[in-house]
Amino acid sequence: MKISESIHQALQNIVSSKLRAFLTMLGIIIGIAAVMVIVGFGNGMENYMKESFQSMGTDTLTVSINGRGSSRSVSEDDMYKLVDDNSEYLDQISPTVSVSGTVKIGTETLDSTTATGVNEEYAIIKDYGISDGRTLQYLDMVNRRRVCVIGAYIAQEYFANNAVGQEIRIGGQKFTIVGVLSQQVTEMEEGGNDDMILLPYTTASRVLSSGDINSYTVKLTSENYVTEGEDAITNALYQVFESEDAYNVTSMSEMLEKMTSMTNMIVLIMACIAGISLLVGGIGIMNIMLVSVTERTREIGIRKALGAKERYIMTQFVIESAVISALGGLIGIGTGYGLSAIATQVVASLLDTSMVIVPSIISVLIAFGISAAIGVLFGYLPAKRASRLNPIDALRYE
Amino acid sequence: MISLIAFNNVSKHYQMGDTLVKAADDISMEINPGEFVAIVGRSGSGKSTCMNIIGCLDVPTSGEYILKGENVGALNKNELAEIRNKMLGFIFQQYNLLPKLTVLENVEVPLMYAGLSKADRRKKAIEALDMVQLSDKLTNMPNQLSGGQQQRVSIARALAGDPAIILADEPTGALDSKTSRDVLGLLQELHKDGHTIVLITHDNSIAVTAERIIRLEDGYVIYDGPADAPEAMVISHHVLEGGAQS
Repeated sequence: MKISESIHQALQNIVSSKLRAFLTMLGIIIGIAAVMVIVGFGNGMENYMKESFQSMGTDTLTVSINGRGSSRSVSEDDMYKLVDDNSEYLDQISPTVSVSGTVKIGTETLDSTTATGVNEEYAIIKDYGISDGRTLQYLDMVNRRRVCVIGAYIAQEYFANNAVGQEIRIGGQKFTIVGVLSQQVTEMEEGGNDDMILLPYTTASRVLSSGDINSYTVKLTSENYVTEGEDAITNALYQVFESEDAYNVTSMSEMLEKMTSMTNMIVLIMACIAGISLLVGGIGIMNIMLVSVTERTREIGIRKALGAKERYIMTQFVIESAVISALGGLIGIGTGYGLSAIATQVVASLLDTSMVIVPSIISVLIAFGISAAIGVLFGYLPAKRASRLNPIDALRYE
Repeated sequence: MISLIAFNNVSKHYQMGDTLVKAADDISMEINPGEFVAIVGRSGSGKSTCMNIIGCLDVPTSGEYILKGENVGALNKNELAEIRNKMLGFIFQQYNLLPKLTVLENVEVPLMYAGLSKADRRKKAIEALDMVQLSDKLTNMPNQLSGGQQQRVSIARALAGDPAIILADEPTGALDSKTSRDVLGLLQELHKDGHTIVLITHDNSIAVTAERIIRLEDGYVIYDGPADAPEAMVISHHVLEGGAQS
């Protein structure tokens, strides 16, 4: 007897009791669909994060200096020298001074706008283009000029794209807009990458901040030198501070990795929880198969009288259980794809982001494999019981 | 002539609670190829046990059952299944067709277990159904047929694998007298064609269809001889005595 015939027989049996078969499959369907959507969510999140991090640049390092007492410190000139000394790995550097003062245009307050003090190389490090006016210049730094460059979102929303020469108030101080950055993302939004202001770091640190410059963005000569660049900076800073707690060097790719492994962990835990329903589904299949063996005791007796070996009876029941389970798996995969598409729409409309929830092909294959394996595993015991039935007793069974 | 079935002091004893039940006790008999034998007895006489042993569904606790020269008692479950498949055709009182399969598929089942290809199976099954005049019902389900037709399907199923012995267990038990005669006539035809038939029944009027009767009582053989001999119809003495008293 061939396997294909066993499968055909199993399908015949399933078709003859559709409702029962469907209810038996339900646990597997739900389990597979849930695992797929959760894994899809994880993939979507990872892709989304990757994109956002890539737009921030994976070839940059962020150096923050916490300092250690008052005797040891690093000035921006020390940092410039550090970059020059390691020009093999380190390309450019800019201080980044975050400005906490409120940003006002006329009487309107821009709450979500980020204002950062940077040097003339920052726009190059970040690969920002200029769509109007000019970038910040070295002389702006030296003279601590009250000028700034604004993002395309502000120019469009508040100045009708005619911003150069206009004034903006940051922390109560007047700044003249000298340039507008070109648009970075296709759909600009409040608080997004285009809602920002860059001003000379010297002005920012003197006028608007405590005066200490404790954060830098460093551009590497290549993405491949993340580790080397990090080591160069770390070594230099350690020589000054002699303590690893006084500074912190992070790379975007490193942060991306950390975030990815974190989301992966969360996804794994959630998928495991969803996987429990697969186990429950498997037990449901075993239960129904046991009932089925009892119901079909007479059939088993007849088949044995007609010459079915234990192995045939066994195969028949295991395959039936595997077919039910695998069929449930297929329906579950379909449901999973459907739900993922719906979830993508829901996320897009709720969160205003374009996160695509895609179940990976591997997760689909694994899901199918698991469902078929569950059928075999949980069908084994009932099948064993069926194959062991004594034909005389089975034939007498009413 | 080498006998097809040989029982050498076959006993089947089993423990039921505290009592030892002797379902078959020291039975010896031989059945030759081409014979039509009825094994007759009341319930509890041991005829079902005999049938189970002949049908290789059970093995004796002592003694030997030689089927076509092979000692069945020494075989394992798989070998017994193979013998049932190749050597025996069962006809049951309740027909025992598989309700979810068509008539044709039912007849194909033993051929499938014998490992025949799909085309061979189909050919042989149709031939067998032709013999019982049911070749127009191939795609019907069993529950669409009358009792007599269902029994004929089961006869076709028994025949399809071309077995050495056809074993009929109360084949007319669930049928009315007319269809019973048809089924018995069919068995006689098969006998004429050279098949060996063993008929198990409690009913003397059915047993006379056979050429030879083996009568069992309390696990013993009390008569073994031609069906037309006057002693063949004599039920055991104590039953007669019991009957006279009542």
